[in-house]
Amino acid sequence: MKISESWLRTFVNPAISTDELASQLTMAGLEIDAVEPVAGELTGVVIGEVINMIAHPDADRLRVCKVTIGESEPLQIVCGAANVRVGLKMPTALVGARLPNDFKINKSNLRGVESFGMLCSEKELGLSAEAEGLMELPDDAPVGVNICEYLALDDYCIEVDLTPNRADCLSIEGIAREVAVLNQLPFQPLTVAPIAITHDKKLNVFIDAPVACPRYLGRLILNVNNQVATPRWMQERLRRCGLRSISALVDITNYVLLELGQPLHAFDADKIEGSITVNYAQNVDILNLLDGEMVTLDEKSLIISDDKGTLALAGVMGGDYSAVKPHTKNVFLECAFFTPVVIAGKARQFGMHTDSSHRFERGVDYQLQYRAIDRATALILQICGGDAGEITDATTESELPQRHAIELRAAQLQKILGVSLPPESVKTVLERLGMQVTEQANGWQIMPPSFRFDINIEADLIEEIARIHGYNNIPNNQLTLRGGINQAAETAMSLERLKDLLVDRGYQEAITYSFIDEHLQQTLAPSVHYIPLQNPISAELAVMRTSLWSGLLLAALHNTHRQHHRVRLFESGLRFLQDGRQTLQEKMLAGLALGHAYPEQWGEAPRPVDFFDVKADLQAMFSLTGYHISFESGEHETLHPGQTAKILTESGELMGWLGMLHPQLEKTLGFETPVFLFELSQDLLLHKKRAQFKPLSKFPSVRRDLALLVKEDVNAGDIVACIQSCDESLLQEVIVFDVYRGKGVEEGYKSVALTFVLQNQTQTLTDNEIDAIVSIFIVTLSQRLGAKLRE
Amino acid sequence: MLIHALTLKTDTILFHKLTASFSVTANLDAILSQALNELDIIDNLSNLDSLRVHYLGKKGLFTQHMKELGTLEPEQRKALGQIINQAKETLQEKIEHKKRDLEHAALLARLAHERIDVTLDGRGQGIGGLHPITTTLRRINNFFTNVGFSVVEGPEIEDDYHNFAALNIPEHHPARAMHDTFYIDMHRVLRTHTSPVQIRVMEAQQPPLKVIAPGRVYRCDSDITHTPMFHQVEGFLVDTQVSFADLKGVVFEFLRAFFEKDIQVRFRPSYFPFTEPSAEVDIECVMCHGQGCRVCSQTGWLEVMGCGMIHPEVFKSVKIDHEIYSGFAFGMGVERLAMLRYGINDLRLFFENDLKFLQQFN
Repeated sequence: MKISESWLRTFVNPAISTDELASQLTMAGLEIDAVEPVAGELTGVVIGEVINMIAHPDADRLRVCKVTIGESEPLQIVCGAANVRVGLKMPTALVGARLPNDFKINKSNLRGVESFGMLCSEKELGLSAEAEGLMELPDDAPVGVNICEYLALDDYCIEVDLTPNRADCLSIEGIAREVAVLNQLPFQPLTVAPIAITHDKKLNVFIDAPVACPRYLGRLILNVNNQVATPRWMQERLRRCGLRSISALVDITNYVLLELGQPLHAFDADKIEGSITVNYAQNVDILNLLDGEMVTLDEKSLIISDDKGTLALAGVMGGDYSAVKPHTKNVFLECAFFTPVVIAGKARQFGMHTDSSHRFERGVDYQLQYRAIDRATALILQICGGDAGEITDATTESELPQRHAIELRAAQLQKILGVSLPPESVKTVLERLGMQVTEQANGWQIMPPSFRFDINIEADLIEEIARIHGYNNIPNNQLTLRGGINQAAETAMSLERLKDLLVDRGYQEAITYSFIDEHLQQTLAPSVHYIPLQNPISAELAVMRTSLWSGLLLAALHNTHRQHHRVRLFESGLRFLQDGRQTLQEKMLAGLALGHAYPEQWGEAPRPVDFFDVKADLQAMFSLTGYHISFESGEHETLHPGQTAKILTESGELMGWLGMLHPQLEKTLGFETPVFLFELSQDLLLHKKRAQFKPLSKFPSVRRDLALLVKEDVNAGDIVACIQSCDESLLQEVIVFDVYRGKGVEEGYKSVALTFVLQNQTQTLTDNEIDAIVSIFIVTLSQRLGAKLRE
Repeated sequence: MLIHALTLKTDTILFHKLTASFSVTANLDAILSQALNELDIIDNLSNLDSLRVHYLGKKGLFTQHMKELGTLEPEQRKALGQIINQAKETLQEKIEHKKRDLEHAALLARLAHERIDVTLDGRGQGIGGLHPITTTLRRINNFFTNVGFSVVEGPEIEDDYHNFAALNIPEHHPARAMHDTFYIDMHRVLRTHTSPVQIRVMEAQQPPLKVIAPGRVYRCDSDITHTPMFHQVEGFLVDTQVSFADLKGVVFEFLRAFFEKDIQVRFRPSYFPFTEPSAEVDIECVMCHGQGCRVCSQTGWLEVMGCGMIHPEVFKSVKIDHEIYSGFAFGMGVERLAMLRYGINDLRLFFENDLKFLQQFN
């Protein structure tokens, strides 16, 4: 909310600077977002009056004016504005004047005629963004007076960012009340003299929804003139609070809204048929609003209607048909209290947000309506003339908010704040905030004022006391900084460790959005059920990722498009799967590698990264866990069918995948080299075997090498598994040290060379024992896998 | 050595048989001088060894002379033997010297040959790096785990109840409008803050509780200062005697530790439905040291987190007795802290994953 400082200071005027005032409000919880002068830099501009005017001899549109600024000799000023005329009073910038945007006025010569200054528009003075012609000042404007003084431009717009609980501060009066509390100054709410009632016409008001509308005041004001100009002081105040002048009647209701925080609505009384009714819409109806929008009402819409139809969306906006227009003669003024929860969300439901709904949904003082309607009436009578009638008062007392006494315990106050405050200062603070305070044995009993909707429980009072006392006057206690016992289990593998390992192996961590383009999702994983967002921010961020690969691939593309030809990325985070009715949110660790295996260097010959480079990275991670994690050929719709491995835990659960991005996808996505991808389930990965000591053998180990011929479709893993299945207790290790195809090996076969390491705990192995073990391996391999010894 | 000693012994025996003779002496001189001449021009160890064998070996020229000593009278034999031995020793010494010279030269040659350009880079795999958000999260986590907080994570697709209602944000509460929520369906959202983890922990465990909850959060907002996804760390502590002063102490110490500086910290009243009293925490602008600059909008202060005492309504929703227990909670934006710490000026860089950006934090 924007307020004018000078307007605020008409209510309460502490002897502090603008900056101090702003800082004081900020530190009291009314955060000041900006403080800006209401006008730009402006010097040397005074009120002038055109006393003589002739056409410019050489320019059709220019006039040569004699302008008096009260001194003996009138100034000759050339002016091109359409509305310049003899007798007009307007701001006049003298030679040497400075206008906003560093615009300096010099003596000039316009087509051969000298000009000693400039007649100004509002735009030139920095008072508005647009202007048509000169700014016209009233006839009684004193010639020669500085314009800043006359328009009281020595003022600041203060922008307050109010938190939703402080509805009481949504007005000049409300903020003034707070300023008075903070500066310990007396505060007097605006008083309004009683209105002289000069006719006896009234409209009947029926409240069919008293819970939603506990109070509705209405008044007929007849014979008004809505074509009068809104007084400049009012226009200025509205402008400085961010509102445009519309018409006298609308300006007045807006003015009272800003001044007191009470939304009012002025209907054209001649458009109302019969009585006013406040109720929920009875059937689906369409209402054309005064801003030109059209809304479809339903049974949850609270509306104001007459005998003929809907007039307004209660508390949000009036309808166009019944709105006041320039020729409006008779006005029905509405000043109501609507229950916050009823109005809450209504404006948003229709995609609207109005000054009125903003206040009603946060809570307007339910005792303010009588004062506010009289204030608005007085201003209408003063500005637009007319005759005021009696107030029609439709109040359902029982539905008005009830204020309850709140108990504040001294002990609780101390417990929550961690500081002991003198009881008398607690009482004083609360009283200054408008509360009725009764002392009692263990503390106080408090009755909050009607304008404080946010004060309902003890904690609310504690906050108020802390706020006024000053948060920074409460000590910083460090008792809770005691340590505790770290309970991390040794069998928990930390994700941090694995991330560090990937970093050490050349991977860069990425963080990508959890939502991705729907089309990309379908391209990468056509068979996976994904979860769309109801209200995505854009098509690129529309569905929840079912794999971390999507984001990593996009990040890789971002980089390959920027001359990075070697990319290694990893990411950890959730993937989101829809499994029937169940939504799965699984923690994953995924990675991507493309381009050269090594960074560009003199020491290693360039070669593209391959499956086994990335597999080594995974195996390094797995070896940290101590578990035997295996790789099996598999099929995955995102990956190359011949270069895909399923990754299985020791107990055979699917932990994840490793493979080459399917060449078709590689092409579709725009990669120019193969891309390798892995993704692992953190839940299955992050376990670590606790080490278990085994005695060391004193006897030497022996190695035996074997070269086997097997068919191409026999995997090395099958061979190793086959040997391990022999369950030979002396076997320490099997290493595949060569795989050979070509000369000497029949087409469709390959030669796999193995080393066995054998060792006995209790004695040195003899050749006979070793040969016996190896021949068991050979027989088993031959029976199960058709392996033959290579000659 | 052993062979050498034997040779000497044999030579001594032969000596007694040797007859002194000038011709022998003259011959010896000639042999020695030739040997020395040959030695002079030798430039490698293998030739040196051939020379040694040729003159001093078992069948060498000097040895043959020694053999002739046997035919001499004992006295002559002795005298001549001494002369021969002297000549042998002279040659031996010269050979040894030459050997040392050649070995030294060979070493020098090897050293020269093996000289490398040590300014060339090391070979093999390079190193990657953590994302600056992760680095920042780790620093935050370390601070709090060191003082006894445990780290808990929660779901990112969250139900309406945990994200809002249980945190005292009923439907149509104006605070919901501040959240710009992404909806999955009628009752599920992408969590708009990490505060629902507070609810989940309190539902499952009884106080005392000392927990931080880091993670991704989502708001339907995207411009130069907002990304639709960002990171928060929620922290809370519930015990029998927890006060606002305790909260202030933790936050104050954390911020000073995080920025490794005795920065000014101020607490400003604010509003969150799930805490009361609520505060925004400002630190002295780390860019201009509180003098006022573009980053702090000339205020000299930067808003870095929100916090407060856990609202009684929140305790009610998790069935913790707020008459017995009290607690505080705080929440901070990780991107904001990372930007201030590392001087990053554009929030969107965090999620573009440009290597030129990421590698700056390795």
